[in-house]
Amino acid sequence: MKTFDYARAGSVAEAVQAGGRFIAGGTNLLDLMKLQVETPEKLVDISRLDLDQIEEREDGGLTIGALVPNSDLAADPRVIEKYEVLSRALLAGASGQLRNKATTGGNLLQRTRCYYFYDTAAGCNKREPGSGCEAIGGFNRIHAILGTSDQCIATHPGDMPVAMRALDAVIVTQRGDGDKRRIPIADFYRLPGDTPHIENVLEPGELITHVELPAPPQGGQTYRKVRDRASYAFALVSVAAVIAVEDGRIASAALAFGGLAHMPWRNPAVEAALVGQAPGTAAFEAAADALLDGAKGFGSNDFKLPLARRVLIATLRDLTQ
Amino acid sequence: MHFTINGTSYEAEVDVRTSLLDLCREHLGLTGSKKGCDHGQCGACTMLVNGRRINACLTLAVMHQDDEIMTIEGLGTVENLHPLQAAFVKHDGYQCGYCTPGQICSAVGMLDEVKKGWPSHASADLSDVTFDESEISERMSGNICRCAAYPNIVEAIREVAAEQREVTA
Repeated sequence: MKTFDYARAGSVAEAVQAGGRFIAGGTNLLDLMKLQVETPEKLVDISRLDLDQIEEREDGGLTIGALVPNSDLAADPRVIEKYEVLSRALLAGASGQLRNKATTGGNLLQRTRCYYFYDTAAGCNKREPGSGCEAIGGFNRIHAILGTSDQCIATHPGDMPVAMRALDAVIVTQRGDGDKRRIPIADFYRLPGDTPHIENVLEPGELITHVELPAPPQGGQTYRKVRDRASYAFALVSVAAVIAVEDGRIASAALAFGGLAHMPWRNPAVEAALVGQAPGTAAFEAAADALLDGAKGFGSNDFKLPLARRVLIATLRDLTQ
Repeated sequence: MHFTINGTSYEAEVDVRTSLLDLCREHLGLTGSKKGCDHGQCGACTMLVNGRRINACLTLAVMHQDDEIMTIEGLGTVENLHPLQAAFVKHDGYQCGYCTPGQICSAVGMLDEVKKGWPSHASADLSDVTFDESEISERMSGNICRCAAYPNIVEAIREVAAEQREVTA
């Protein structure tokens, strides 16, 4: 690990003016620092800031402090009761030890598990812009099939953000000048394009302080994750689903996907294929067609195309029938 | 820097890069916690910080100066084993023993999580957790045993959980 300066922030205002890389749970950042994939010159410890509460808002939603650990968020009775998809997604990720340390804000910023990103001897445009992408033409079993570019085919590895994408969460931040922003999660992440090293719209020094969940959605909720082993593995394909059925027709649908793209993936065409339809094979296949429109495998990950279709259809069947 | 580990105060001058695990093992002589992967994948380094189990390899010592840290050395003594230590001996919950301190610290933290009613990926009903073997396997998945002593580890944990009357089976 390369050495760094360390400072503990006493307040959010102090943190955003400290001019360093924020560290909270550290479970992803320190892992990458040990490998020298990440080499920050200064760490600003925000772990003692007063951002560890979950609060109910008047509009029926929840405001989640950025430092709420994954374990606590998953076990919160309000989350379990009203946002089960979020609890399920959190519990499907990592291990008990990691969930105790990993935070809400940090989980949103989790970096890809692309093997070439981790291997400092390999070319990787995300780690070192301009050095190429060895995943294209290489071993790419865990890689993306949607929204890829010729510069990067990495996936976002998270589960929690997939559920938050289906729930239309809003990410609240504070910048160095004290300005606060509310960023809908739909606008938060970026596709790789020709700048895969820029993964979201945060500016340097901008700190995530909270995540807001809108009032609970109507309908049933679930998170289905398919992975290489039963526990403690990243998603090959996952889906966060919120579906309401009224009078034998799908009244509303929110579907977000993990393991398929550089960010939690949500495509309005998938939901449009379902809303107003009777639950059944025809509607589910149409939704899967919409999801996979433009999808492309890179060899080792070709299996994700049929797998994503099956996972989506199975999830829809479970929630509606 | 100042640390409180197993109820004892320690002063140490360490590089800012030092992990909590390396602080204990390399600087304070507390070598019970083990270094397996050093990347949070194996769980051999598991400690209890403010009562919660974490991977000590993936956290900086400097961030824990105000915390209550407990390692395997603080759980029991040779004369007076912690119930989980005794159960691991009784059920032969190891072969080489390298993962054992992490397994036991993790199990202590895990049983406390169950007591608090925290659900897991294995819970059918997130509000009403039924503690069974599939729950133990899921909740302990962050601790790898390369000797694959898993059946005996599960038995040891199950017995202690039953003694704590947490088992509804």
